[in-house]
Amino acid sequence: MIANASGFFVGLHVEDLGVRLAQHLLIVGIALAVAFAIALPLGVLAARNDRVRGPLLAALGVVYTLPSLAVFALLIPVFGLGLVTTEIALVGYAQMILVRNIVAGLQAVPAPMRDAARGLGMTDAQIFAKIDVPQALPLVIGGLRLAAVATISIATLAGKIDAGGLGALLFAGLDRDDPSRIVTGSLAAAALAIGVDAILRRIERVAIERAR
Amino acid sequence: MPGASVSIRDVVVTYPGADRRAVDDVSLEVPAGEFVVFLGPSGCGKSTLLRTINRLVVPDAGEIFVDGNDVRGASPETLRRGIGYVIQAVGLFPHMSVAKNIGVVPELLGWEPARIDARVDELLALVALDPARYRTRLPRELSGGEAQRIGVARALAAEPRVLLMDEPFGAVDALVRTSLQDETKRIHRALGTTIFFVTHDVDEALRIADRIVVMNAGKIVQADTPLHVLARPATPYVEALLDTRDTVRRLSLLRVSDALSQSERSPGDAPAIAADATLREALALLLAGSTQLAVADRNGAFVDFASIRAALAASAAAA
Repeated sequence: MIANASGFFVGLHVEDLGVRLAQHLLIVGIALAVAFAIALPLGVLAARNDRVRGPLLAALGVVYTLPSLAVFALLIPVFGLGLVTTEIALVGYAQMILVRNIVAGLQAVPAPMRDAARGLGMTDAQIFAKIDVPQALPLVIGGLRLAAVATISIATLAGKIDAGGLGALLFAGLDRDDPSRIVTGSLAAAALAIGVDAILRRIERVAIERAR
Repeated sequence: MPGASVSIRDVVVTYPGADRRAVDDVSLEVPAGEFVVFLGPSGCGKSTLLRTINRLVVPDAGEIFVDGNDVRGASPETLRRGIGYVIQAVGLFPHMSVAKNIGVVPELLGWEPARIDARVDELLALVALDPARYRTRLPRELSGGEAQRIGVARALAAEPRVLLMDEPFGAVDALVRTSLQDETKRIHRALGTTIFFVTHDVDEALRIADRIVVMNAGKIVQADTPLHVLARPATPYVEALLDTRDTVRRLSLLRVSDALSQSERSPGDAPAIAADATLREALALLLAGSTQLAVADRNGAFVDFASIRAALAASAAAA
């Protein structure tokens, strides 16, 4: 079927696609939002505190290198099948990328620039909002982009543990030996990753332009 | 707004882990409107001392008063918003336009946008940059000299009565540097702000200071007018640092009007020189081949080698 170009599109399994895509976006959206909410304070703390930075990044690096299937396997006995297990795993994976980039972004803010801000009478909160954030933003958005792409890809595993998403389409295809589901699920996940990457790249460029 | 007096009393600063004091029991009384230059090699404590005035550095001992008020009396932020602060050109915020940069402190103080806009234009004019051309520019679109002018404008935005300048012209080339020094002097005369200026450049210090505070190893070695420091160096260290035996250097601090002499002879076709030109300039003209120079607008007055020598001797005696 795949070899036949005209049959290729006919064979795509589109009836579930909208729902699965929406589920996938929801899974990824929740994961990134929660991951960022955790990564931001961790990143700020690590950027400011030398003693926290090394151990924290090392620990997150270990989490990052665990095989994703193994992580799901470890979490299922505790949290069961479904969305919770999926989100915990995804949030864990995204931490490394997000925290590392937040740290890099904050540390790249030149010390004299912060000194000038302090000398002009900005409070710590004002220095953070008016100087650190705009200066660190390109690297932070770059981290979000990488994390988004990785999360979209890993989130396909959610389909295996009853959390839905494009992975559900893909695994259903595998179970029923239905190539149209497999192809549709895979292509949609890839297209989603590419699309999100392109959008965030554009935002990143704007941020770079504004931070220079 | 005229300047404020600043009183530094027995200030000691020791950085954590350092084996000696960065500022070692320093006291200094600065009257309102004075242009004070902290001069010395790197590591002498001049920057640290400057930074105690706006509490960027907190002394381990001692007190600092601005207009009689202890700098610890208000929050550090409130204090700093009332004190201008200029550092090398990197201190401009690259993601903000020139107008936004200049408006930082007024915005922190909660001024109305219209008032900030008007103030930005006023300050750009003060630092001799065309508001229409510059207010929307980004720092990366400025030359080093322009960026530094914006830095000065930003520091003056909320009409501070004290201005701190930490090696502000260190990153610009020599020619631009001289014109920035002249601009700073002009602004000082126009506003009467009390200025503290840190530099390791002796010529810069001589050129702009009302009073030079020479520092070494955290202590003030001598604090006096440029002419007095040159004519009467307090220690061999000051003598070496300022190369005080270079009398030509001292001539650059004296004016033609300090060395006037009345001529019996007619000045004839002697070249003219302005009364406020430096004696160094006069000397250069004389060396070019004249025996005397006619002083413009001082009928009959002239300067020659003898009158320059006399002025030099008088300046040493006065010191």
